[in-house]
Amino acid sequence: MAIKDLPREELMHPGAGSCPACTDLLTLRMTLKALGPKTVLVTPASCTASVACGYPKTPFGVPVLTMAFAAGGAAASGAVAALHRLGEDDVNVVVWAGDGGTYDIGLQSMSGAMERGTNFIFVCYNNEIYSNTGVQRSGATPFGAWTTTTWKGKVDQRKDMPAIMLAHRLPYVATASASYIEDLYRKVQKAASIRGPKYLEFHIPCAPGWRFPMERTIEMGRLAVETGAWALFEADDGKVEFNLRSKQILDGKTQRKPIEEYLELQGRFAHLFRPERDEEALAGIQQFIDREWERYKQLAACGMSVG
Amino acid sequence: MTLMFDVGNKVAAKAVQMCKPEVIAAYPITPQTVIVEELARFVENGELDAEYLCVESEHSVMAATCAAASMGVRTFTATSSQGLAFMHEMLHWAGLSRLPIVMINVNRTLGPGWSLWPDETDSMAQRDTGWIQFFVSSAQEAFDTVILAFRLAEHHEVQLPVLISYSAFTISHTMMPVEIPEQDDVDAFLPPFKPYWRLDWRNPVTFGNVLSDEYHMEKRYTMHLGMEAAKRLIPDLGREYEQRFGRYHGGLIEEYRTDDADYVLLAMASVGSEAKVAVDNLREQGHRVGLARLRVVRPYPDEDLRRIGRKRKLIALDRNISVGSGGWMYHETRSAVMGVEGCDVYGYLCGVGGRDVTYEDIEQMALKVFTGDARPDVVEWWDLKQTGGN
Amino acid sequence: MERYTADTTISYPCDGAAGRTGGWRDFRPVIDLTICIRCLRCWAYCPEGAVLRADDDSVSINYDYCKGCGICAYECPKKVIAMEREE
Repeated sequence: MAIKDLPREELMHPGAGSCPACTDLLTLRMTLKALGPKTVLVTPASCTASVACGYPKTPFGVPVLTMAFAAGGAAASGAVAALHRLGEDDVNVVVWAGDGGTYDIGLQSMSGAMERGTNFIFVCYNNEIYSNTGVQRSGATPFGAWTTTTWKGKVDQRKDMPAIMLAHRLPYVATASASYIEDLYRKVQKAASIRGPKYLEFHIPCAPGWRFPMERTIEMGRLAVETGAWALFEADDGKVEFNLRSKQILDGKTQRKPIEEYLELQGRFAHLFRPERDEEALAGIQQFIDREWERYKQLAACGMSVG
Repeated sequence: MTLMFDVGNKVAAKAVQMCKPEVIAAYPITPQTVIVEELARFVENGELDAEYLCVESEHSVMAATCAAASMGVRTFTATSSQGLAFMHEMLHWAGLSRLPIVMINVNRTLGPGWSLWPDETDSMAQRDTGWIQFFVSSAQEAFDTVILAFRLAEHHEVQLPVLISYSAFTISHTMMPVEIPEQDDVDAFLPPFKPYWRLDWRNPVTFGNVLSDEYHMEKRYTMHLGMEAAKRLIPDLGREYEQRFGRYHGGLIEEYRTDDADYVLLAMASVGSEAKVAVDNLREQGHRVGLARLRVVRPYPDEDLRRIGRKRKLIALDRNISVGSGGWMYHETRSAVMGVEGCDVYGYLCGVGGRDVTYEDIEQMALKVFTGDARPDVVEWWDLKQTGGN
Repeated sequence: MERYTADTTISYPCDGAAGRTGGWRDFRPVIDLTICIRCLRCWAYCPEGAVLRADDDSVSINYDYCKGCGICAYECPKKVIAMEREE
């Protein structure tokens, strides 16, 4: 899959309400290219409300069911059941939720839909904060990050949601990044080709929320992968494979860049560097990433049975 | 027509089966559970061709139900008490989405502490969510109201969800004889559902995006018009139901021996059936008393109450409590009859928290009004025991 | 499109749902097509779909809706897109 092979058809109309450089919109645009028009999106409360903007107009060229924050997974179950009644099992039902609607308030409902075997794709577009409400901490926010509810930096680590999803024994779980768009496109298509509950998580840098210049948005996602702060992998029926740069890192063919190269470009971590370096915190973050990669090695070796 | 002799929940489930819902989402809670167990059995046995979703919470039940209805199919669920309270956000969702969902709520006291007995506070606390609300007082009325509710909810002038409530155990788990009509007649009364909007990839609309203040008030206003239409349509559809099936339970209100009454008891659900016995006994003692049993509280039967209240004393028997205010029926009735000639409203809070309300209690409450020992501006807590500490 | 009669929050798709969002722009991307290699990275990574892809894979900017984020210029491997301050 090369960029040239991505379909020309756009299912998002230009003129959406999201911020400039919005990777929610970017990954929506790519996801809909991968899925085509026979798709229904379920969108729990999130930045996607800003994308959708105001009645009576919408930029979405596929049907969208806006949903209550906690209820993405449950709504997918209802929609899939109704489509089955209507003889439309070939329509993709996709929950498009932020990290709040996945890691936090949406977790129970998502877990329920997975356990019920609902034939759908749950996409968590993870910008590591509640950005639509003004950059508050979520269960996906990394340790040390400034948010408007962690002014001195978050003191807890993020959850490992893809691992939680692997524990649901799903036929397909994959992580992707807004900065590796062909890989993301491929994984969406792969998910759509498999029956049953699928989980995709997209790491999507947010310029206003993470406080970096917006033109560097794609670079920021690349750095997350290159430093190992984010890993690209997929689990097909529980068999885990790392992808692209993350595979090279796992196989020892490429070294991870030091985490500081990623952190120091973002205003949300500025307090770790200025007025003086917080060596303890920086070392702690690097150790956390190192430990994560030890776990990833086990994951690649053992698949969903890990832990 | 066949005769069924069973508990209220099984009778209600039979009615739901005959309405042919296409998606049912359910979560167990006592004392509603028998309904969804029965429906699960129907679906597994092939006696009901529907998708049955075992969902992981009541909030998710209503989300799944809303989503299914948004795709354009007929939906049903049932709940009780804490479950209904947990749904609260999604009840607003269903109302504002104009989705004709039908739900049964078996009235049960909200905790803590845990209680299983009937109290209407669970339903009444949802009165602002845009759901039409029926309270029924027998298994037969529950059966007939389920069928009427789908027809009403799906009426183009209404397009609102309907909640049917009845009392825990006194209805839900009590065996009563019920007439069951033929399926063909139910089909004729309730044709297949045709949605007024749906999510269809061939016609890709966005539902529920940002709705500015420029538009929001009008959406609420048209919901209100839907409620106003329901006021007219409930008696009309009830009469149509009577013509086909031979039973009429009343419009918004069932009036019982009110013609020459000086006093009219106001009651709902199982207190309403108990109050009929009290009216008969008080009549035998020579008191000119009748009963207005409120079958519908949303829309509130203001006009009916203004007519009934003229030159009469109304005695509201509330088995619900808005703490810090009082019983909802008392307050809403006072508001409805304001300025009506010669009308006073007396209020009792009785059976709150599920304590039994017998016809003898109701007779005593009424007699206290007849003898001038009660005041219309003071709501009395009936059978209140000593309070303080644990 | 079919218009639904239900009086609820139903919105219909169109360009410019949030208005002419090109008006949000401080800097405008200007492409030097003479040195563009038509790799389409700008087209792929534009969140807005405001980089237009022609049949021959040449690209142009839809200034009605380009919000001026500069991702296209930053990601261009040949640096053929300049961000020029709007008047």
